[in-house]
Amino acid sequence: MLERYLTAASTYAHSIDHLFILIAVIVGFWLIAAEGMMFALIFKFRAKDGRPTQYITGEEPHLKRWISIPHYLIIVCDIVILAGAITVWYQIKQVMPPADATVRVIGQQWAWSFQQPGPDGVLDTADDIRTVGEMHVVVNTTYHFELLSRDVVHSFAIPAFRLKQDALPGRTISGWFRPNRVGTYDIQCTQMCGIGHALMAGRIIVETPQDHAAWLLRNSSPAVAEQQASPAPSSDGMATMAEVRR
Amino acid sequence: MSTEVQHAEPGIFRKYLWSTDHKVIAMQYLFTGMAMALIGAFFAYVFRMQLGFPNQNVPGYGIVTPARYNALVTMHGSIMIFWVAMPVLIAAFGNFLIPLMVGCDDMAFPRINRLSYQIFLLSALVLLSSFLVKGGPFGGAWTAYPPLSASGAYNLTPIGATLWLLAVALEFVAFLLGGINFTVTAMNSRAPGMKMYDIPILIWMIILANIVFMASAGPLIAGAVMLLFDQTISTGFFDPTRGGDPLLWQHLFWFFGHPEVYVVLLPAMGIVAEIIAVFARKKIFGYKTVLYTTWAVGFLSFVVWAHHQFVAGVDPRMANIFSITTLLISVPVTEMVFLYIATLYGGSIHLDTPMLWALAFIAEFMIGGVTGIFLGSSGTDIYLHDTYFLVAHFHYTFVPIAIIAVFAGLTFWFPKMFGRMLNETLGKIHFWGTVIPFNVIFIPLFITGMAGDQRRIYNYAQFAEQSRPALQHLRTTSTIALLVMLSFQLVFLFNFFWSLRNGKTAGANPWRSTTLEWTVPSPPPHGNFAEMPTVYRGPYEYGLPGRADDFLPQNVPD
Repeated sequence: MLERYLTAASTYAHSIDHLFILIAVIVGFWLIAAEGMMFALIFKFRAKDGRPTQYITGEEPHLKRWISIPHYLIIVCDIVILAGAITVWYQIKQVMPPADATVRVIGQQWAWSFQQPGPDGVLDTADDIRTVGEMHVVVNTTYHFELLSRDVVHSFAIPAFRLKQDALPGRTISGWFRPNRVGTYDIQCTQMCGIGHALMAGRIIVETPQDHAAWLLRNSSPAVAEQQASPAPSSDGMATMAEVRR
Repeated sequence: MSTEVQHAEPGIFRKYLWSTDHKVIAMQYLFTGMAMALIGAFFAYVFRMQLGFPNQNVPGYGIVTPARYNALVTMHGSIMIFWVAMPVLIAAFGNFLIPLMVGCDDMAFPRINRLSYQIFLLSALVLLSSFLVKGGPFGGAWTAYPPLSASGAYNLTPIGATLWLLAVALEFVAFLLGGINFTVTAMNSRAPGMKMYDIPILIWMIILANIVFMASAGPLIAGAVMLLFDQTISTGFFDPTRGGDPLLWQHLFWFFGHPEVYVVLLPAMGIVAEIIAVFARKKIFGYKTVLYTTWAVGFLSFVVWAHHQFVAGVDPRMANIFSITTLLISVPVTEMVFLYIATLYGGSIHLDTPMLWALAFIAEFMIGGVTGIFLGSSGTDIYLHDTYFLVAHFHYTFVPIAIIAVFAGLTFWFPKMFGRMLNETLGKIHFWGTVIPFNVIFIPLFITGMAGDQRRIYNYAQFAEQSRPALQHLRTTSTIALLVMLSFQLVFLFNFFWSLRNGKTAGANPWRSTTLEWTVPSPPPHGNFAEMPTVYRGPYEYGLPGRADDFLPQNVPD
């Protein structure tokens, strides 16, 4: 259902979409039943001359059933929904599948910046690639992220991945995602973070291993690095390898 | 506002500024709340225009800057909850109706009551004054999460943020005073013979709402003081660089913030119960069960707060517990709604304007209720949290509460308050002109939320997925529906003020109702009851078999 309105591009997006459908079916049934019952009663018992009101307290067992049976059915429905909700939550937020790579995501007023391992595949080494506003990842690869904030509370959201996690100053919060569809998707900040909140956009580019290797090469080859570093500092906010090496 | 007629003569000046009559204070709360509602509605108009027609000149306002947009949504939320829903639902209806419905001459503490309104008025003025200070009003959302709210360097509204906080704290003082007063009055000042289970459901609901409010406000007031210190004398309660913790505020805020939903819901449910009983000519189906579900809701409302924080960075295991409690609270709320629907069974339903509003409350609130399940379920909340799906959901609860139920109550008790009837035709035009556009405003927003629209964004141009034309059409539709809904409020304002002078004279009991407020003249004189009433039975004796009349008031001896 959600996929009709927004692409699903991560492995757990479908879990959330399916849970959404489960809940929609259950609560949709109850909503239609209750609204239908209400309008039927309004119509059936509209005021008519000569028809007296029935004196009902609500304690009569044969009438009370109309409340108590739905009451138990709703508890059953709640349990079904909870089972689904907790299963999905557990899979996304409580356990982390083994990582193919780890990235660092940093929120600050009002931009997202990313630190990714360079060709050596290890974070916090000299060949790390740092980018602002744009993150490149490989399709069908499990990423762990470490989420930080430099100032206020932000929220790191990639709607197409169905991913959302607040970034808190003073803490590192871990999470994971596994993109499964090539494309470019929005990164949002979904927590009010000041006047630039609406400008705190980013993009995540999910690419094939070949494209990603090419991107890695472009961003870590000494030639490019020197070229970007020598005449003027890079204007687009991309801190490149050259700066790291200096 | 009634204080504006103060210059006519000194006696009236004295009356409106210092009167301790519960009815005068109720009217002051009502008119202040209505004035604040107009301000809150104007803000909604401005920011919806910006969303519907981005970066255009908004007629009557001008260009909406990002800073102003943030301030407008912050103030809209704060005003509608703290300065409209609470004063009108709890203070206006509570003040007017508690003494009249329990059968006493005034509140237990009339002077505390007066003080409560004065502080409330001050809090509203403090809030509005933030539009005049350097940097403008606070724009960090009505939830005011630190460190953004704690530091002028982050929010760029150092004075506005402090004024907002002071205004909220003052408002809380006003409602704590009121809450004590309402509770004591209903417990101690009831007419002889009115036992616990003879109290009208509305009074029960207002009392329980006040108890929930008083029990939940403490942590937030403590939090507000800490935040005030962080802002003004550089303490570090919420500053992680100095050992503080921003999450602490979120817990303190939502420990209050979620019960607050039920603080305003319960009086609305109470108003609807009274009206359904009268216009269906029926006893409330399972009066005691309604009360038990109310108590259950009140109790459970204290253990659901962290469902606002599933993705806030708290321990993820906690989400499971709060998902369970959140879905659990759906059980008593649903049951209460079912009991109201069951009350219609076997009735003789008259669709006068108050009844239309009451039935619309149930119909619309159910949509708000079921969409809450998507958000209370931790799994789906990951995606829907802080999207327009959430915005649409809580407007489907708060608009029925603060708008639909208030109109239900106003059209129902207007004859008692002012002694004249409202015009029924205008009332129905206003009803349909409000309820239909209301749905057209918020159903599109469910869809934009499902498509990923996040909240509090003044312009989606930065987001490729969000700036699709189809989504912009939905936003524009929503804005146009808001314009239609707002324009129909003029019908209400005209009807209200026209009927004050020209309405048909109401008489004591125009709706042929059973509760005590209808046994006194309309409007009730100072001191309410010429002869203090005695109560012989419960509040909803309609359609008793073997009687000529279809209703038996509480104060008529057998």
